[in-house]
Amino acid sequence: MEVEYSGEIMTLNMGPQHPSTHGVLRLELKTDGEVVHEAIPHIGYLHRCFEKHAENVEYPGVIPFADRMDYVAAMNNELGYVLAVEKLAGIQVNDRVRYLRIIMAELNRIASHLVAAGTYGLDMGSFTPFVHCFRDRETILDLFEETCGARLLYNYNWVGGLMFDVLPGFEKRVIEFLDRFEPLVNDLNRLLSYNYIFVKRTAGVGILTPEMALSYGVTGPNLRGSGVKFDVRKDEPYLGYEEFDFDVPVGRGEFGPVGSCFDRYIVRIREVLESCKIVRQAIAKLPPGDVQEKIPKRVKPAAGEVYMRTECPRGEMGFYIVSDGSTKPYRVKVKSPCFTAMSAFREISRGAMIADIVAIVGSLDIVLGEIDR
Amino acid sequence: MNPAEIVARLTERFGDRVLESKPDVVSPCSVVDPASILEICRFLRFDDSLLMDHLELLGGADYKDRIEVVYVLYSMTHRHRHVLKVRLPRENPRIATVESVWRVANWHERETYDMFGIVFEGHSDLRRILCPDDWEGYPLRKDYQFPTRYRGMPV
Amino acid sequence: MGVIEGRFEDNVVITSLDWIVNWARSWSPWPLTFGLACCAIEMMAAGAARYDLDRFGAGLFRPSPRQSDLMIVAGTVTMKMATRIKRLYEQMPEPKYVISMGSCANNGGPYWQHGYHVLKGVDEVIPVDVYVPGCPPRPESLIEGLIQLQNKIKRQTFAKTTEQGKA
Repeated sequence: MEVEYSGEIMTLNMGPQHPSTHGVLRLELKTDGEVVHEAIPHIGYLHRCFEKHAENVEYPGVIPFADRMDYVAAMNNELGYVLAVEKLAGIQVNDRVRYLRIIMAELNRIASHLVAAGTYGLDMGSFTPFVHCFRDRETILDLFEETCGARLLYNYNWVGGLMFDVLPGFEKRVIEFLDRFEPLVNDLNRLLSYNYIFVKRTAGVGILTPEMALSYGVTGPNLRGSGVKFDVRKDEPYLGYEEFDFDVPVGRGEFGPVGSCFDRYIVRIREVLESCKIVRQAIAKLPPGDVQEKIPKRVKPAAGEVYMRTECPRGEMGFYIVSDGSTKPYRVKVKSPCFTAMSAFREISRGAMIADIVAIVGSLDIVLGEIDR
Repeated sequence: MNPAEIVARLTERFGDRVLESKPDVVSPCSVVDPASILEICRFLRFDDSLLMDHLELLGGADYKDRIEVVYVLYSMTHRHRHVLKVRLPRENPRIATVESVWRVANWHERETYDMFGIVFEGHSDLRRILCPDDWEGYPLRKDYQFPTRYRGMPV
Repeated sequence: MGVIEGRFEDNVVITSLDWIVNWARSWSPWPLTFGLACCAIEMMAAGAARYDLDRFGAGLFRPSPRQSDLMIVAGTVTMKMATRIKRLYEQMPEPKYVISMGSCANNGGPYWQHGYHVLKGVDEVIPVDVYVPGCPPRPESLIEGLIQLQNKIKRQTFAKTTEQGKA
């Protein structure tokens, strides 16, 4: 964006404690009046040493730590780690485990996108969508709580299976939830997505071109908002996603150039509907079986390395695990999607106004626990 | 292209600078000479049959006698993946930066420097990213001693 | 209320004043938006529709420490963040209260053993009034913690006490 700068550059700190930075992120803004010359992100305020812990506990013990990285979508984090360990150890799971994992991952994707939409509305100044989204999310959390006992951080996906089987009547409750929830997405669109003020604040702001997105390694809804149709579930399927029929929504630039904040946001809303489709198909196909048959007593993969990536609600999360044949991993390195999205932030936010910085940070949908690990 | 073909293309172009290749393991990888990493990365990025335009992961791993830097590369057009590894000595590990090839390497290399102490030559802004700027030591090394206090607070 | 605190013995004026002021303070603690990690999501859920914090007067989360009386430290405190927490605490005006939410803020949580960058408990840098255990604590636990804080506020007094109670 071409802007003429006049006057001196002032450094303003959008500090670690800020209502709109979605966690402890520090942005150093070099502003010229209201226009931001450069916004430099500083991270590390939530660095909790996940990789050091992973080297010192056994393979199943890493799962609660993996939960706490992207705490809004914990089922997907665990799934990525467990799939990597199973790939390394060569463990195959049965169909019931596969379908239950897919159901839980997609329900968590819906819950995570609801948090993203609700807090984005809160950042833009509207409080009602926040309350509506959290109310709808509570039913999903009830479903999780009756299955594994926890609302937010589950420790549910284990190496070789799951912690518990679902209670009888689970399928009926999920279908009831979906029947009640899908029409409510239209309500959310009328309230927030196509609201004139929201569109004016987000369309045309924070443009991320496809070439820049690829060079900065941006993935997930942020990449799809720029028009690149790439989804790990379709292009490198895992867990049997190729059996499901769903679409991959892409940003179309309805209200401005492609790759704006609005595109990234509306891709998430459309993905919620696609996830509902996947859950319905998985519930219809759910076979009977035992979810704990293959759980080994001690997980001891052969020495070697593996890289496995899954589609988390924020992008592709990759796990690189090095094993030396013992019961503890030798090295676990996580590639977090929000980390790469934040690395592109400096480019996206050049020439924006201070209010637009809030819109851009919200549209990238970052979770600091994942960036700082 | 399958892993064996990628390895064949690499060795055909770079000969003995590809020190070791393992196309048949779970995640096929090649170990290459650290001095030519920038050239190899440029080749992998721009060659028409390879086109590895997505740097998925850049990380370090500390072994007893060496530190390794791992590059996981993926091609969005051809849908194939390859892992490159370089082996560096434990005292004074230095390697060229690949920031000019993939812009995301900027932050990944800062994190690897923060955690392992590997200096990336030519990097535009090499400073700590996760730990505070006055932190001492490189935490993910296997011989890291936990500090007892940081600025007066017990660790 | 620094002018009249601790100057008079317990009498009917002081107890009535105590009653009114404590009633007002306990039913309107305005929290500071200070969610750090996972507990922040549960704090947001506690403030949202199903578990409403607004019925306790605590629904108005203030972004600035100068306008808030309650700091709910929700999440892991790291070394990099600890200096900022101290500064934010000092910026809050009296009377101020701190709830430490979650096991990370209580004493380091699951990161106590190998967390080189994690502060083992926020009470290393600021004084804490109520500890809410859990990882993360359910919204009902947070509400219980808030009720305990209300009880603590109601025990405060302006009278002259033999040992200096919480001001």
